[in-house]
Amino acid sequence: MEWTRKDLLGLEDLSKEELEFILDTVESFKEVSTRDIKKVPALRGKTVVNLFYEPSTRTRVSFEVAAKRLSADVINIAAETSSVKKGETLIDTGRNIEALKADIIVMRHNASGAAVMLADHVNISVVNAGDGWHEHPTQALLDMFTLKEKLGRIAGLRVSIVGDIAHSRVARSNIWGLTKLGAKVTVCAPKMLIPVGIENMGVKATSDIDEALQEADAVNVLRMQFERDEQTAFPSQLEYFKQFGITADRLAKARKNIVVMHPGPINRGIEMSSEVADGPNSVILDQVTNGIAVRMAALFLVAQGRERKNEIAD
Amino acid sequence: MKEKAKILDKDTLNRTLTRIAHEILERNKGIENLCLVGIRSRGVYLAQRLAASIKKIEGQEVPVGTLDITLYRDDLTLIASHPVVHKTEIDFDIKDKNVVLVDDVLYTGRTVRAALDALIDLGRPRSIQLAVMVDRGHRELPIRADYAGKNIPTASNETVEVHLAEVDGKDEIVIVEKD
Repeated sequence: MEWTRKDLLGLEDLSKEELEFILDTVESFKEVSTRDIKKVPALRGKTVVNLFYEPSTRTRVSFEVAAKRLSADVINIAAETSSVKKGETLIDTGRNIEALKADIIVMRHNASGAAVMLADHVNISVVNAGDGWHEHPTQALLDMFTLKEKLGRIAGLRVSIVGDIAHSRVARSNIWGLTKLGAKVTVCAPKMLIPVGIENMGVKATSDIDEALQEADAVNVLRMQFERDEQTAFPSQLEYFKQFGITADRLAKARKNIVVMHPGPINRGIEMSSEVADGPNSVILDQVTNGIAVRMAALFLVAQGRERKNEIAD
Repeated sequence: MKEKAKILDKDTLNRTLTRIAHEILERNKGIENLCLVGIRSRGVYLAQRLAASIKKIEGQEVPVGTLDITLYRDDLTLIASHPVVHKTEIDFDIKDKNVVLVDDVLYTGRTVRAALDALIDLGRPRSIQLAVMVDRGHRELPIRADYAGKNIPTASNETVEVHLAEVDGKDEIVIVEKD
């Protein structure tokens, strides 16, 4: 198949073939990071702008490393230190970046749908690095790539996603991607944190962690964002750990080779115990490594997609 | 696209490969420090066949690697049919080795230019030599083959295709004319 999109905004719009194509492409980029010289000239002369309206270290650094390994030039803009503070609109910011002749904007924004809107108003490529509660496509792709790497396939796998489903773009992107590739997804959270109608996305919902772990081939544990708005939804961190925390005791009742994932940063003793985070089932650091290859593939494909679009326009 | 002429059949193609294997051994005085690297996709099969030939002659294996040059091309923006990125698989150290780069057709030289960059990023070989099945002329860069199966002068509206049993079902070399 041919990749023709100039943007990567979410997994909801992608076809099964496109998802598989991205995952295959990631495989090839992984090798680059194992070389002595961890750099290829594929995006030499291209400029990537990381535009972050929300604080983020790991996603931004991962995109920056990915862009640099493709030989692109990288500029980081943090909204709190930029003209956004002076009242510039998102579209104006995007057009100004385009006027600088940048090629790709990687954006993290607190409003759901921000990436789609930006992509509609600029001709350069946009990669969504997380928008509100909507989507975080590269995170879900790296979760899926890691699953495929560890378990050999995605179709037919039973994957449980545990944590604040209601406010999680990671959960949403994972659900879109995994169900399209034929995995059976269960979400598990306190009732208050499961959105009404989630079953319509083709997943099962439960508030019983043991049930969620019982048959699962993999469990993706989301970060509880107690610093944000979960206080109202759940009484205390300790209470959460008691009811939903992944512990060695709980894992002992699950499948022996269950894969434990977490998008990071981990709150040890809230979402999972240290024993589990550092244990043999954990692939958390593999996810970080795979994240670079996923983002290299994403940047490369959108750059190609844009050239392709321009060619057709000519 | 229509097939214009068949240049080489299966037997001649295999004899040519055997000849190139001998030439490689002659030039490098045996197989010490020698390795073969095929450029995806048909160069890979040719490299494997050359390695098999060399093994028959010398009784020893030479390492064979696979190079994908998509990320090193200078025409990312011009390519009409989009290249799919594949893996580079070279599981030996090329430092101080005599590397024979293998491809099916040498044309503008741009693929070889990209392959040289890709190889040098993987280490510092002692030398890099180039073996191709067909040299069809029309170079755009100062690059030449050390070992060539056949020189086939072509017009620019013609293409040379090397067909190999591994991918195409049969061994042959044909000239095709673009419509």
